[in-house]
Amino acid sequence: MKVGLFVPCYVDQFYPQVAVATLQLLEKLGCEVSFPLNQTCCGQPMANAGCEKESKAAAKLFVENFKDFDYIVGAAPSCVGFVKEHYDILEQSPDVSHVRTKIYDITEFLLDILKITKIDARFPYKVGFHQSCHALRGMRMAQSSEINGASFSMQKQLLSMVEGLEFIELDRTDECCGFGGTFCVTEAAVSAKMGSDRVADHERNGAQVIIGGDVSCLMQLEGIIRRQNKNIKVVHLVEILNGITLK
Amino acid sequence: MSHSKKATLFIKDEARVDWHDKALWFVRQKRDIQIKKIPEWENLRELASQIKANVLSNLDNYLILFEKNAIKNGVTVHWAKDAQEHNEIVLRILNDKKVKRLVKSKSMLTEECHLNAFLINNGIEVIDTDLGERIVQLRNETPSHIVLPAIHLKKEDVGETFYKYLDSEKGAKDPQYLTEVARKHLREKFLSADAALTGVNFAVAKTGGIVVCTNEGNADLGAHLAPIHIASMGIEKIIPRRSDLGVFLRMLARNAIGQAITTYSSHFLKPGPNQDMHFIIVDNGRSEQLGREDFRKSLYCIRCGACMNTCPVYRRSGGHSYSYTIPGPIGSILAPGIDMKKHASMAFASTLCGSCSDVCPVKIDIHQQLYKWRQLILRESDSSFIKKMVMKVMSLVFSYPGLYRFAGKMGRIIVEITPRFIVYNNLNPWGRKRELPRAPKQSFREWYLQNNKVDKDE
Repeated sequence: MKVGLFVPCYVDQFYPQVAVATLQLLEKLGCEVSFPLNQTCCGQPMANAGCEKESKAAAKLFVENFKDFDYIVGAAPSCVGFVKEHYDILEQSPDVSHVRTKIYDITEFLLDILKITKIDARFPYKVGFHQSCHALRGMRMAQSSEINGASFSMQKQLLSMVEGLEFIELDRTDECCGFGGTFCVTEAAVSAKMGSDRVADHERNGAQVIIGGDVSCLMQLEGIIRRQNKNIKVVHLVEILNGITLK
Repeated sequence: MSHSKKATLFIKDEARVDWHDKALWFVRQKRDIQIKKIPEWENLRELASQIKANVLSNLDNYLILFEKNAIKNGVTVHWAKDAQEHNEIVLRILNDKKVKRLVKSKSMLTEECHLNAFLINNGIEVIDTDLGERIVQLRNETPSHIVLPAIHLKKEDVGETFYKYLDSEKGAKDPQYLTEVARKHLREKFLSADAALTGVNFAVAKTGGIVVCTNEGNADLGAHLAPIHIASMGIEKIIPRRSDLGVFLRMLARNAIGQAITTYSSHFLKPGPNQDMHFIIVDNGRSEQLGREDFRKSLYCIRCGACMNTCPVYRRSGGHSYSYTIPGPIGSILAPGIDMKKHASMAFASTLCGSCSDVCPVKIDIHQQLYKWRQLILRESDSSFIKKMVMKVMSLVFSYPGLYRFAGKMGRIIVEITPRFIVYNNLNPWGRKRELPRAPKQSFREWYLQNNKVDKDE
């Protein structure tokens, strides 16, 4: 199984440890993984800001980089969702269709393709799970709180395989962190307030660590935590699954 | 002023923002409890959405049928192509009968048409009788929410307003006392009104009747006491059959405020003895919106306001930070259709979290429409020129692997070596309240090249 590792632009630059963990985890599980060196960005930042047309070049390059893999896997539901949902801006060639159907967020890939049922990892902390909106309402990897239906969360399902990990309950289970792409700078005041409120919810309910599946949310929350000198760590889901030990 | 500027001002008083956020979140929680008592809730949403789709696909026929039946019932039906025509029709009806005082129940349509100011300028006394609307009217403000018009105000603010305008006790803040003051004041107005104007929640094509939903009974008091009843409705208020109310009335109050049904869901079919009844059917940009395929579904809206209660941005920025009469997520997909340039910033006042779309009782894809409006706004509006240029630069950087890597590496070095006061000045909106990510020594790409045997020449 040839897997192309998709590393979103800001992960590559600011959170390389998340990409390292993704690579190591996939290799541990027997995948043949390579990282196409020419990859840049999926195009979402431009498109969400209203420049979908300008994001086409990035999208084309993305397809070019990943068209020859059996699967494309990234630890980023938001970017993966963008490729799936918004690459209709490109002409639907066989390559584009292939990339759109064979791209997976790591959580989906582990549960639906590799069908793992156990994980060799231990994380003895009280954790709050921050649900990213794009995993929730874009990729439907969990039930959103607005919907009247059975509750589920693929990401929490994975984390519950980790030994010693204990979830705390949040007052607001799936409120947005306020990152929102360029929103974080164009609406800086509201964005920071949302992030601050999200961190406070975790703190109030006794989380030692906030785990999330989208680095963009974690970047937002960590930025708040460090500025406010809070004693909460922020860790990506895939780092936990790969067996991280906190310093 | 853009949404972001007004929101920044609103957010300065953090205690008040927290209060505003919690007040609306409480309403959202009440809604969750109520809708989860209905096992078929999601089916109802689907049904409601389909009924609205049917209505909009056959709107011309339904409107003509509605008019025919209303006329048969003895109602005078008027058509208004825009706000000005609507306001002039109202004024003409009032002037014909020498009306001096008009009582109104809540109608976002008349807010949209700026009817009050128009009538007042023409010598008519206009009294909003919905409690929240009366409060904002006395304060010379506009509603900050379509269901909870005075949600931006605390009981102390209401006490002050009533002290100033209604001679209540100074410093009063007991809700019971304040409500009694308003009640006494409004009763006098109801009893002496020459005409009543109501909004319309649903207009039933098959019967020619309308349904008006309130919790205060103010629409009923107005419409039954006054010799003239005018009801103003947007063209999208049509439902085909009375039985469709079995879907919509179950959803409206539940989704709006977590109440099983509005206290008063009043059916008006024909004028009472010695009464005139007028329906004004208003377009005001709606048929244009109907013609926009991507945005057509915005006309499904039944004005429950749940998208405002759930919106994390609305809760923290307040209704008055939006430039259009209808604020929040639904307002932000309607407003650009009215004036794209004027309301450009509304489409960007969202993280696209999608909560609005999931809470919507008629399944409007609100956050997807926001995304689509952004594309049009940046393409067609020159006010965002600079932003567009910045984006183009980013696009360029991301399209060329070499450039991107260079920029990324420079970015990391800049974060690392630049003195704090330069990184965290006011020109960097991120840094006002947040730290930038710590710069790692290597990007993933650099790590990968060092740790994996790959051909570095590519």
